Amino acid sequence: MTSSDKWRNPLRDAADKRLPRIAGPSALVIFGVTGDLSRKKLMPAIYDLANRGLLPPGFGLVGFARRDWADQDFMEVVHDAVKEHARTPFNEHVWSQLAEGIRFVQGTFDDDQAFDNLASCLAALDSERGTGGNHAFYLSIPPSAFPTVINQLKRAGLAQTSRDQWRRVVIEKPFGHDLSSAKELNRTVNEVFPEESVFRIDHYLGKETVQNILALRFANQLYEPIWNSNYVDHVQITMAEDIGLGGRAGYYDGIGATRDVIQNHLLQLLALIAMEEPVSFKPSDLRAEKVKILSATRPAQPFEETTARGQYTGGWQGGQKVPGLLEEGGFSPESKTETFGAITCEINTRRWAGVPFFLRTGKRLGRRVTEVAVVFKRAPHLPFDDTATEELGQNALVVRVQPDEGVTIRFGSKVPGNTMEVRDVTMDFGYGHSFTESSPEAYERLLLDVLLGEPSLFPKNDEVELSWEILDPVLDFWARKDEPALEKYKAGTWGPPSADAMTARTGRHWRRP
Amino acid sequence: MIIDLPSTTTSQINSRLVRLRDEGGATTLGRVLTLVIVTEDGQRTDAAIDAANDASREHPCRVIVVARGARQAAPRLDAQIRVGGDAGASEVVVLRLYGELAKEGASCVMPLLLPDTPVVAWWPFDAPVSPSKDPIGQLAQRRITDAAAEKNPIKALESRRAHYAPGDTDLAWTRLTLWRAMLAASLDLPPYEKIIEAEVTGEADSPSTDLLAAWLTDKLKVPARRFKATSGEGIVQVRLGRASGDVDLIRPDGKVGTLSQPGQPSRRVALQRRSIRDCLAEELRRLDPDEVYAAALKSLSKVAKGRPATAKPETPEATNGAAPASKKSKAKASS
Repeated sequence: MTSSDKWRNPLRDAADKRLPRIAGPSALVIFGVTGDLSRKKLMPAIYDLANRGLLPPGFGLVGFARRDWADQDFMEVVHDAVKEHARTPFNEHVWSQLAEGIRFVQGTFDDDQAFDNLASCLAALDSERGTGGNHAFYLSIPPSAFPTVINQLKRAGLAQTSRDQWRRVVIEKPFGHDLSSAKELNRTVNEVFPEESVFRIDHYLGKETVQNILALRFANQLYEPIWNSNYVDHVQITMAEDIGLGGRAGYYDGIGATRDVIQNHLLQLLALIAMEEPVSFKPSDLRAEKVKILSATRPAQPFEETTARGQYTGGWQGGQKVPGLLEEGGFSPESKTETFGAITCEINTRRWAGVPFFLRTGKRLGRRVTEVAVVFKRAPHLPFDDTATEELGQNALVVRVQPDEGVTIRFGSKVPGNTMEVRDVTMDFGYGHSFTESSPEAYERLLLDVLLGEPSLFPKNDEVELSWEILDPVLDFWARKDEPALEKYKAGTWGPPSADAMTARTGRHWRRP
Repeated sequence: MIIDLPSTTTSQINSRLVRLRDEGGATTLGRVLTLVIVTEDGQRTDAAIDAANDASREHPCRVIVVARGARQAAPRLDAQIRVGGDAGASEVVVLRLYGELAKEGASCVMPLLLPDTPVVAWWPFDAPVSPSKDPIGQLAQRRITDAAAEKNPIKALESRRAHYAPGDTDLAWTRLTLWRAMLAASLDLPPYEKIIEAEVTGEADSPSTDLLAAWLTDKLKVPARRFKATSGEGIVQVRLGRASGDVDLIRPDGKVGTLSQPGQPSRRVALQRRSIRDCLAEELRRLDPDEVYAAALKSLSKVAKGRPATAKPETPEATNGAAPASKKSKAKASS
C-alpha cells in the first residue's frame, strides 16, 4: 500500500481532457435548508451535478432545519425543487440514486441534541453510503447564527478531521458589515475551521463570463498592450437590478446596496479586470495577484464629489406601478438605507495610475444588467473635419456578465454615403441564449469546487478584509455627514442626479447599459 | 424557417444566407465551428440533424449536411436552408447531391465553410475506410465516426485502428467517458494499490467494450481480458483486480450500475447510456487530437479475448456469445 501523496492514479492522464473530475465520497449538510436559495439554487445544482455524473456514487445530502420533517418529507421537498428548478431534464434513475443518500435532521441551532443527532446521522451515512467521513457544511443562514452553529459543530466533534478525511464550511455573503465585523467573523470561523477549509461563496465568480475575463485578458495578445493608463480612460463596473426589495427588509434594512454588492461582487470584478497576470492559474498565484491589486486600491477623495447614494421612490416601471422603498413592507418609514450606491476607486500602480474605476449598483434601475466597460481614450489626433467625427464617441470594450453574456467592442465606422462621416458601431460576441442554457450554473461549479477542495473561485479572508478597507472610509463618511445627501430617485431610472455628477466632474459620463 | 432551393449552386446558397442575415438580424454571428454531416439521403438523415441541432445549443455552429442521393440520376444539387426554430442555435444547410455530384461533396462544402473557424466532419452511419483521406475529412480538423452504427461494429473499430490519424475520434469512445470517469475516481481513493488484472465484459458486438478493455490495457500495463456477456446491453461489467480486493462495476440493465470496493458499501451509480446529442456535444468541446484515444486504439491488439468466466447461461442460445438477432438494432447504439 502506498500513501496518498505518493500514489499516482494510473487511469488519470493530463492529456485525457474528457475525464471529468468527480468529487470523492462526501456528504453535504445544508443549514437553513428551507430557505429560497436552498430550494431554487442549491438543490437543483446538486441534482444537475448528479445528472452530469460529477457527484460520487456514495453522496449524502443532509438537511438541517427547525421543521418537523422525516427524511421522506425532506426528500419530497428536494424532489419538487429539482423538478421545478433544475437545468437538466429529470431522470428517474439519477434521482433514485441521489435520493438514497438524502437525510433530514430536525432541530434548532442551540439544541445540543440536534447536533448530536446530526453527528450520528453523518456517521450512519459514512457506513451505509460510504461517504468516507468527508463532510461539507453549507451555512445558508443569517451571519448572526454563525457563531452558534460553528461552535455546535465543534462541540459535536463534527469539525475534527483525521487523516484522509476533510471538513469544509461554506458561507454566504454578507461577510460582515465593516472591517472590524468581518475580522470578527473570520476569527469566529477560523477558530474552528482553518482558512483553507473555509469557502466563501460569491456566486458571481462561478459565472462563465467572469471566468472568461481571465481568458480574454491573458490568453489573447490583442488586449494586453492597451490594458493600461496609456490607452484606458476609465472603467465602469455596473450591477443593476430592476427588482425592488419587497420581502427582503430583514436582510437589507441597514445594510444597503454598497455593502450588499460593491464589497464583494464589484470589487472582485475590479480585481479581475485590473490585476497583473498571475504566474500560473494555481489558486495561490491567482489570489496573490488579486490581493496585490486590492491592496493598491483606494476610494478617490473627496467623497462628497466622488460617491453617490440614493433610495428609490415609487412610480411606474416597465408598465407596472411599483412602491418606493419606504412603502415596501418591513422597511421603517424613516429608513436611511441606500438602494443605490456608487463609488470611485483609484488604483495606485504604474499600470492604472490616473484611471478612475467607477463602481455602481442599485435596485429598481432601468433594467437588469451586470457589465464591465473599459472605456478607451480618444485618438490623439483625428485627421478628419470636425464635422466628420461629431458622432464618434470613445472606443469601449464591454464584458456583459449578465444577462445576454458576451463581449462588445464599440468603435467608429464610416457611415455609408459620399461624405466622410464617422459614427459609433458595435461588434458583438455573444455566448448566445441557447448556448448559456447548457453552460453550468454558477452554483453547480462552486458546489463541485467545494467538494473537490478547489479554492480558486472563492475569496479568502484577506481579500474580504481588503475590500472592507477600501469601502470603510466611504461608509464612515456617509454615516458621519449627510453628504452627499441620500437622494431619491424614481424607480426605473439610472439612479440619483449625484451619480451623474460624480462622473461629470471629470468630463465623463455613465454608459447606458 | 425552412427555405428550399431546388437545383441550385453554392453561390446562390451563400447569397441567400447573407440575405437572411440582413433580414433576420445576426443569425450567423458568434458561430464557433462548421459541422459537416455526411450521410446517405434518407430518413435517418433527419435524426442526425436533430442531434446536431441539440448539440448546437452548446456549440453554436453552421451545420452542413451532405446527403448523397441516387447515383444514377442526372447531376443536381438541391439545397435547403433551416434557420431559427427549425435549427436550434445553428443554421442548417442540407445539400442533396445526385448523380456524379454525389461523389464530389467536398466541392460543395468548401464555399460554405465559415471563415477561420474549425471544421468538424461527422459520419453518423457508415464512414469511409480512412476518414482522414476522405475529401471531406481532409477539410476537417476533427473527424467523428461511429463504429457502433456500422454494419459490423467490431470490424469498423479494427479499421479505425488501422487508419487512425490525429483528429480522428469515434462515438464508441465518447460513450465510454462516464465509465472511465467512474473507474478513475474509484482509484483516487485508498487503498492505493497496483492493479494486477482487469476484466471487461460486454455484448459481443459492442465496440465500446473492446475500447474500454484496450484503454485499461494501455493505462494499467496489464493485458485486460475481454469477455462476451450473456445478457445485458453494451458494457456489462468491469473488474479491476488488486491484492486487497477488487473494484467491481456492474451494469446489468444498461441504466444503473453498482460499484463495489472492499471496505466500502456497494453503491449504485447512474450509468445510463448516453444519447447521441450528449456524445456529439462532448466531441465538439475538444477539437485537438485525442492522444488517449489513439493510445487505446493501439492497444486493441493486446487485449486478451476470454470465454465467459462468470458464465451463467440463463438463455441457452446466448452461450455461443452472439447476441440474438432481434436485439441487434438496440445493441448497436449501446455504450
